[in-house]
Parts: sequence; C-alpha cells; structure tokens
Amino acid sequence: MKPLFIDSKMRLDPAEHKVPNDSYTLGPIQAGEPCCIPKTLFSIKNLSLHYGTKPALKNVSLDIYEGCITALIGPSGCGKTSFLSTLNRLTDMLPDCKVTGDIQFNGNDLRDPSVDVLGLRRDIGMIFQKPVPFLLSIRRNIELPLREHGITKQSEVDSIVQQVLQDVGLWEEVKDRLESSALALSGGQQQRLCIARALALKPKVLLMDEPCSALDPISSAVVEDLITSLRGRYTVIIVTHNLAQAKRIANYAGFFWVSDRAGCLIEFGQCKQVFEAPVHELTAAYVDGSRG
Amino acid sequence: MSTNTLATCLIWLAALFVTAVFVCLLADIISQGLTGLSWSYLIEPPQDAGRAGGIGSIIVSTGLILLVAIATSAPLGLATAILLTEFSTQKSTFAQFVERSLDVLSGIPSIIFGLFGNAFFCIYLGLGFSILSGGLTLACMALPILIRTATEGLRAVPNDYRLSAAALSMTRTSALIHLLVPAATPALVAGLMLGIGRAGAETAALIFTSGYVDRMPDSVMDSGRALSVHIYDLSMNVAGGDAKANSAALVLIILLFVINSVSSFLANHWMHKRIIHL
Repeated sequence: MKPLFIDSKMRLDPAEHKVPNDSYTLGPIQAGEPCCIPKTLFSIKNLSLHYGTKPALKNVSLDIYEGCITALIGPSGCGKTSFLSTLNRLTDMLPDCKVTGDIQFNGNDLRDPSVDVLGLRRDIGMIFQKPVPFLLSIRRNIELPLREHGITKQSEVDSIVQQVLQDVGLWEEVKDRLESSALALSGGQQQRLCIARALALKPKVLLMDEPCSALDPISSAVVEDLITSLRGRYTVIIVTHNLAQAKRIANYAGFFWVSDRAGCLIEFGQCKQVFEAPVHELTAAYVDGSRG
Repeated sequence: MSTNTLATCLIWLAALFVTAVFVCLLADIISQGLTGLSWSYLIEPPQDAGRAGGIGSIIVSTGLILLVAIATSAPLGLATAILLTEFSTQKSTFAQFVERSLDVLSGIPSIIFGLFGNAFFCIYLGLGFSILSGGLTLACMALPILIRTATEGLRAVPNDYRLSAAALSMTRTSALIHLLVPAATPALVAGLMLGIGRAGAETAALIFTSGYVDRMPDSVMDSGRALSVHIYDLSMNVAGGDAKANSAALVLIILLFVINSVSSFLANHWMHKRIIHL
C-alpha cells in the first residue's frame, strides 16, 4: 500500500479533482479535510427509492471515499436511513421497496441481482439507531455471526471476541461477565457491543444510522471517540442529527432535504466546506440552525 | 360520591365477580372431589362403570391422546406460523387465505370436529375408534389457536432483529433458529398451553373418535377413554357416579394446572440456559 499524500494546493473539492483509482487513503486523516487523495469506494448515480408509489429518495448522486468518515445530515424523513439501507441491500428485505439508479461498489455494480448479498453484507456492516443486542450472552452475540461465517475454531473465536471488544473499549468493562446476558448492559455499552459485533466480521465499510441518538451524552461521547478511531481503517458513513458531531468527526458531509415530498441530496462536499462555506442557501440555513 | 370513586368501585366489583366465579367453581369441585381422591384412585382401573375403582387406565389414555395431539400439532403449528410471518407478507393472498381459514376453523363447534374426525380418521383412514384418531382430531382443534398465538409471538419479535441479523450477513434460516424462535419462545409455549388446554378439556370431539372403552390401552391404536369423557359419562349416564365424577374433575384440573406450570417453568429455564451457556 502506498499512501499518496497531497500538498495544500491539491486539497480541492474531490468532485472537480479527478483521482486515479489505484490510490489509497490510509493514514492519519484530520477531521474536516482529507490529507490525501481519496479513492472512490461507492459511486452512486441517480439513485431513487420508492416505498410502493411513495417516493423516498430522488436522484441522489455522490461518491463515498475509502477510509473517510462521511456524515449525512438533514431533517427526519428525508431519506437518509433509506439511502444507507440501499448500500448493503437491506432494502431487499423491505416489502414494496423499489430502488432505481446505479451504485458502484469497488467498481462493481452493487445492484446486480447476481451479487452475493451475504458476502456484500459481510463487507458492509451496519449499526442501527437503537442498539439491537440479541437475546444471548455478550460473548455469544459476537460469536454467532462469526460461526455463521465458518470461523469455528474456539481459540480463533475467543481471540476475535477479545480483539473487537478491546477495539470498542468494552473489554475491561465486560471481560468478567462475558457469559451474562447482553441485555443487562447499559445503552451505550449495548451500542458498542453492536459495533464490536459488526467489526468482528472485518467489514470494509460501516454504515451507521444515528448510532448516538439513543444514548446519553457520556455514552454518546464514548461512541463518538470510537468512530473517530475507526477513521482510516474503515470507511464510515454516518447519519446524524447532531450537527456538532458531524462537524467534529466527518471528512465529508452530505446534506439531505425533502423537496416534492421526496428526499434529495442538496449539497455534498468536504465537511469543512459544507459547514463553513455552504453553496446552497438551504444548507446554510440548516447548518446555521435557522431551518430544519 | 365522585365519578372517579364510582368507576373504581365498578371496576373492582367486576374483578371480584370474575374471581368469585372461579373460586366458587374450584371450591365446589375441591369440597366434593377431595374426599374420593387417593393414591389408589389414581392408579386402579375403574370398576362397575366407574362407580368404584380408580381412573388409572383413563389417565394413561388421556396422556396418550394429549401426546399424539401435541406431537402432531406443535411442529405443524410452528411451521405454519413461521411460513405466515417470515416467508410471506401479511398482505399476500395466500397468507390471508390461510389466516381466514384458521379463523373459521377456530369458531367451529367441537362436535363438528368430532364428526369430521370420525368420518375422516376413524372411517376413511381406517384408524377406527382409537387414541390415534382422538389425538389427531384434537390436533386439528388445537391448531388454529396454536398457530394464531405463535404467529402473534413471532410478529411481536421486533423487526430490528431481522434487519440486524441480515446486516450481520446471517441467513434467514439461521436468524430464525438462533434469534427469532428463541425470542418468541414464551409466546410459542403459551400457544401450546392454550391448545393443550382446549384439547385436554375436550369431550364432544373425543366421544366420536377415541371412544368410551375404559380399560388400559395396549397401543395408540386401541380405543381409550379420556378424563373429560369419563366425567361426562359418570355424571350423565351412570346413576350414582357423581362423587367419582367430582374426583375425576379435580384430577383433570390439577393435571392441566401441572402441565401449565411445568411448561412455563421449562420455557423460562430453557431461555435462561440459552443466555448463560450457549
């Protein structure tokens, strides 16, 4: 792997800046602006989504860059969660949900019916707004998906369980009670367990749907630190209503808004630009707090 | 008196009335049936059409009939409930047709089930008056209520579980086995209990299918008399059988109570074990 750092003159809007596809984005990336030439991981063009006849998303086009944190902001009901669900094909599970448009993931058509959805979801993990620990022990919560994917050797499973729990900073808190019910954990711990469970499958991408919104400020801060620490190692796409949080952690930001009763992407760009010099007046009003 | 106090009084009265009915019924059966209850009563065969002796063979027949009913209805019911909740949408024509059929089925009087069981199991399939015919007929009767409760139980499992499992790249079957069915276990057990309760208390359907014969059955192909049929027979057809009928009724109530407690204990214990050890 060859990190390609760029000088300050090259820190341009990636949309106008053509990037070679074989570059990498690993390394310490500061919030606000990427330190190196980003590699496109998802390329989304004209994505629309309908629930029955009701449109939820209309003509969304954007690129997601590898190793970066992309924050999606906007008011409730503007299709951010639906957008996330199209990226790991979770929309397949929703009845009456129709997706049109083009999504390239790593250069492959993600919406191709022949795509191995199980493999895809292994690469693209998802964290939900409400923590969903399974009705099992803490250890078993992480073990179950691992065993499902053929990792059955006990020593290997144990080491992964410890590794991911350490990654999310939960190991010290739960190492003595791995066999007790995951439901006995606090909300913040449950959410971190869910993140650990997703990390155990070694995904490339983490989709996070308001991972902090159901948590108290202290747990929220812990989870936020955790997300920041994932930068560079994982590509993170996070939906958040907390603008300050988006500003703190994201490299890129996309602003969704409802127009004609369907969600659409109003503005997308580097986080700093979206928050400090928004192009669209709706974005300006929203990040300013005067709309939405 | 304020409206509030009045409403509170009425609600308490209603609750008291309902409880009183249950207590009176129980007290009556206990006071009349307890005297005849003894260890020998439970194991001896009935004599003189039930006026003397015990109910040993009848308890065995009842147990076998219930066993046949549970063994056939539980897997069928669970499978149907899984099909309805997990593999078809609530709006699909097929699911609606199945659910409508079950609704109609659950409203059919038990005597009709008895006649159907007699015509289909006893005569058409050639099983004759047997414990097997009786058990299968009871299974048909218990199925609607069992499927209904199991379906509700599975639907009550939050969709988050399904989505989370899918997001963790788990297959549907695996999510079903490891997450959904365990989460719905209390409801599944409750459904089974309601089904067994209905089956265990059934008389009309059994008279036509498992018959009256009160000797010890050799196999499930033998005719066998269920407790409820025994109670009916003693109180309606046998002069001087009332005391024994009361004792048998008490045994039936205790039996249902025991089955109920044991199964809910097992369900809890099993859930607990899953969390701790698996």
